[in-house]
Amino acid sequence: MSDLEQFRADTRAWLDANCPEEMRQPMKSQSEHCWGGRKWEFQSEAQKVWLERMADKGWTAPQWPKEYGGGGLGPEEAAILDEEMKRINARTPVSNFGFWMLGPALLKFGSEELKREHLPPICRGEIRWCQGYSEPNAGSDLASLQTRAEDKGDHFLVNGQKIWTSYADKADWIFCLVRTDPEATKHNGISFVLFDMESDGVTTRPIELISGESPFCETFFDDVKVDKNQVVGELNRGWDVAKYLLTHERNNIGGEPPGFLKGRALGPLAAEYVGTEHGKLADTALRADIARLEIDQIAFKALVEKIRAEAEAGQGVGAQSAVLKYYGTELNKRRYEVMMDALGAEGLEWDSERTMGGLYAREWLRSKGNSIEGGTSEVMLGIVSKRLLGLPDA
Amino acid sequence: MKLNDEQQMLQDSVARLMADKGPVSRLRQLRDENSEKGYDEPLWHAMVEAGLTGILVPEEHGGIGFGLVGAGLVAREIGRNLSVTPFLSSAVLGAAALSAGGSDAQKAEWLPAIAEGRAITALAIDDGAKHRPEAIQARVENGLLSGAKLLVLDGHVADLLLVAAQGDNGAGLFLVDPNAEGVTIERTQMADSRNAARIRFDNVPAQAMTDGAAALAAALRAGRAVLAAELSGLALEVFERTLAYLKERKQFGRLIGTFQALQHRAALLSGEVAMTEALAMQALDACDRNAEDADQLVLAAKSKAAKVALLAGQEGVQMHGGIGMTDEFDIGFFLKRARAGGETLGDANYCADRFAALRGY
Repeated sequence: MSDLEQFRADTRAWLDANCPEEMRQPMKSQSEHCWGGRKWEFQSEAQKVWLERMADKGWTAPQWPKEYGGGGLGPEEAAILDEEMKRINARTPVSNFGFWMLGPALLKFGSEELKREHLPPICRGEIRWCQGYSEPNAGSDLASLQTRAEDKGDHFLVNGQKIWTSYADKADWIFCLVRTDPEATKHNGISFVLFDMESDGVTTRPIELISGESPFCETFFDDVKVDKNQVVGELNRGWDVAKYLLTHERNNIGGEPPGFLKGRALGPLAAEYVGTEHGKLADTALRADIARLEIDQIAFKALVEKIRAEAEAGQGVGAQSAVLKYYGTELNKRRYEVMMDALGAEGLEWDSERTMGGLYAREWLRSKGNSIEGGTSEVMLGIVSKRLLGLPDA
Repeated sequence: MKLNDEQQMLQDSVARLMADKGPVSRLRQLRDENSEKGYDEPLWHAMVEAGLTGILVPEEHGGIGFGLVGAGLVAREIGRNLSVTPFLSSAVLGAAALSAGGSDAQKAEWLPAIAEGRAITALAIDDGAKHRPEAIQARVENGLLSGAKLLVLDGHVADLLLVAAQGDNGAGLFLVDPNAEGVTIERTQMADSRNAARIRFDNVPAQAMTDGAAALAAALRAGRAVLAAELSGLALEVFERTLAYLKERKQFGRLIGTFQALQHRAALLSGEVAMTEALAMQALDACDRNAEDADQLVLAAKSKAAKVALLAGQEGVQMHGGIGMTDEFDIGFFLKRARAGGETLGDANYCADRFAALRGY
């Protein structure tokens, strides 16, 4: 048996013995996702036990180095773990912005001290992170951000306002872009700093979205003291870190989006609502829409696989991430439009039990943000035309 | 999927061959000369020489058995150059049909002839203006074929016709001699200046295959997958020519490629082309591996490629402006071929419909 086959067998046996039955059921909605953090209240004993066991293995962050609480797995082993978890429908034990964003940034740019301080609590699900990027006047033009960090000798004093801070009201720490050199050109005076959301002077205010939910906040900083050693990368070079993370974020969008539609095929779903005639969906225009959408999704998946294979061969993803971000989010929006067409009046119910509290309508509305957050579709097309196609600036 | 070394070498050598011997200017020349054969004979000889006509023919019958990925790589370069050859008719449709459903004698007679370029075969499927192989009208009774076919690619130069007809065991392919009495062949000039024919059959002797239905299914699968690759190559070429034009054409005192309206159109087209290429290769590979979802992928690829090739043709003409409307400029040839290639063996709507049926809705 090869090493990988052995790893698969061991993984399968371990998961079988350690994944609680309740954690092998598909999530009914996003609300069952475990975010972790100081304020987290476990929804069940199984959720708690599952997190602890996986964290002990280092498998909440399978590919991070062991010394920082990760699993130290190579890409092939990580893929096997992923497959074996999917095989038994095992839920992700915990995830939040610490795993998706801060961890990769620290691993690439962070000092040894910062890695040792912050990575292990992320892996154990003890600290939940949020991202302080956008400001009211710095959206697509992120680098024009104005939140200032003034050097006060032994610390920084941070003043300003962030917006669209995901779950800022529930997070423990924030990674935040601040201006540390107001004299420098706009990309050159920014630093990437970390601080505790319980610090004096931090307030958050949730923003109600068109979906009726409030996953984002306005976040205000009023003379917040920040430790000077909590700078990731070099002082005033925070834009490098931010750019790296944006690419990383966009690159991750190729996968299947979470939510109600995860794993559900549109054809059978539509059949439940619009009925069939002679074995075909009774609504022939809807049937054609679904077919075209599925074909485009298959084509997108083929491209994602090709780009990933090239990236592994050392050609890097780079500006291709803008292509993935554009199509991944636009296709997801289309998918929700088709879903709403199929569901009819039931899809519009806003708070009924049969729709789990208006899940369809709320997820449909939430999807509209996909092509805005993390760089709008129009910004992505600009990146493609300039960086991939080499079209000249005006 | 990634190409292996052998496939990469094939792609490189075919790219050189097609650009060298079968460029768009040859299509223009053949059209202007109203060439009798309607295909590029010197190029065809060079392809025979290079073994490309035997790309799907098993080695035991004198071919190189390179598989559909290989055939797709050839087709991609044909699409980029609009090379005028009976490659699809003979080396793909003919070879796939005979290999899958021919009797031993039929294989022994025709497969080496296809591989060596001694014979050209043509596939006659469509009874009407729209592709509907589920409802074939032509009939074979007591060994005699009657019916009418159109869009028979290379039909007027073929040495053997493979005709879809209803027989005693349902619909399948039959072998027909184009020179037999009762066969009337009308060469039809099509918008893309490629060979096609309308053919009438009045009580013509038709030879059954061992499994005519399997032959028909194999030809359709291979043909659609290879056409998807051809159309993806066509779309890529149009995109690259258009992108180059955006970087050289000036209006309002600046390069038109600096205008955001055109930048975004170009960016969208580049993404569509990249997805189409990736999907076409995946479909070809799935056929070679005989994967469970091969038919779904082929239908998806043909549907997508038909749409995107047409989109590329339209965008190409639009972004070239007035010059794109002139016959003197080549871009229009791509638009015409996009529509004809898209229609062949099932258009985007037909393939999407069949795809939906396979997906169970």
